[in-house]
Amino acid sequence: MRRAQFVTGTYPNRVTQARVTPGDGQSIEESRQIERLRAGDAAEYERFVREQSPRLLSVIRRYLAEEADALDALQDAWLSAFRALPAFAGDSKLSTWLHRIAINAALMKLRSQRRRREAVGLDESPGIDDARHHARLDWSDSAASLEDEEARLLVRSCIDRLPEAFRTVILLRDIEGFDTEGTAQLLGLSGGATKAKLHRARQALRDLVEEEMLRRQDRPEAKMGSGQGKSS
Amino acid sequence: MRCGELVQFLLDYLEGELPPDVAASFRDHLDKCPPCLVYLRTYQQTILTARRALCDDKPCSMPKVPEEMIRAILDARASDPGTRAAERS
Repeated sequence: MRRAQFVTGTYPNRVTQARVTPGDGQSIEESRQIERLRAGDAAEYERFVREQSPRLLSVIRRYLAEEADALDALQDAWLSAFRALPAFAGDSKLSTWLHRIAINAALMKLRSQRRRREAVGLDESPGIDDARHHARLDWSDSAASLEDEEARLLVRSCIDRLPEAFRTVILLRDIEGFDTEGTAQLLGLSGGATKAKLHRARQALRDLVEEEMLRRQDRPEAKMGSGQGKSS
Repeated sequence: MRCGELVQFLLDYLEGELPPDVAASFRDHLDKCPPCLVYLRTYQQTILTARRALCDDKPCSMPKVPEEMIRAILDARASDPGTRAAERS
């Protein structure tokens, strides 16, 4: 499984309108495709949208659970991409550039949802800030041996139970592969605040996964990890 | 170093950003404290399991985008003044 690679700090439409030449990891074929898109070739746009939309929707769905919200964000992402494409310098792969635009669209949707919740007085109550600092048993080998689909369902259910701010920082940092600086930029936070939030989020996710592993193994906690849980 | 302190340093330790003396103290604590070692293992395993579960680029797992959405996206491009202006410039 390959993790997405990003050029840290590169914003999709910050560049000037240089003629496209193959950039990092970009093929001649891709640079020609960009030329056709820039020229407004409708057939090329249609191929491009059909080819890339499933992958972009898959990325957006990680952030937005409601399908209607995810589809809205997909449309927003494409509109941003269409407007920015003529200025795309080709210094990264087109798919990488689009990936980041899709994440931005998903984050903007999340922000607007948060503002609406705040406006009507609803707020998330994380309730899981008080992370443990000792495991209740060593389930690391059991987790590693889970089948792919089982692992996906388990982690997905735990991530969905995280407060939005925790879920987002884990997705950006651990799943999308942004470094601290890139994650901080997308979240509008300092590097230090991003690291603190990431750590709390990982701890919360670890605790939830542990609960699931305990439940699956159906063993009384008292019998597990004897000798563990003793603070020094 | 105490157990609670070790947790605070965990992220920096995993990213290799701890000063050498603190990293040495961290490792020393791990050698003596099996519960903290298990915590470290499960913390790392959580990240690995999440990556394995969600970094899924396999074509077979890609969602189907409704045809009406594809059409709406293409129509939006054709009619969006911002897009037309960007393409002309």
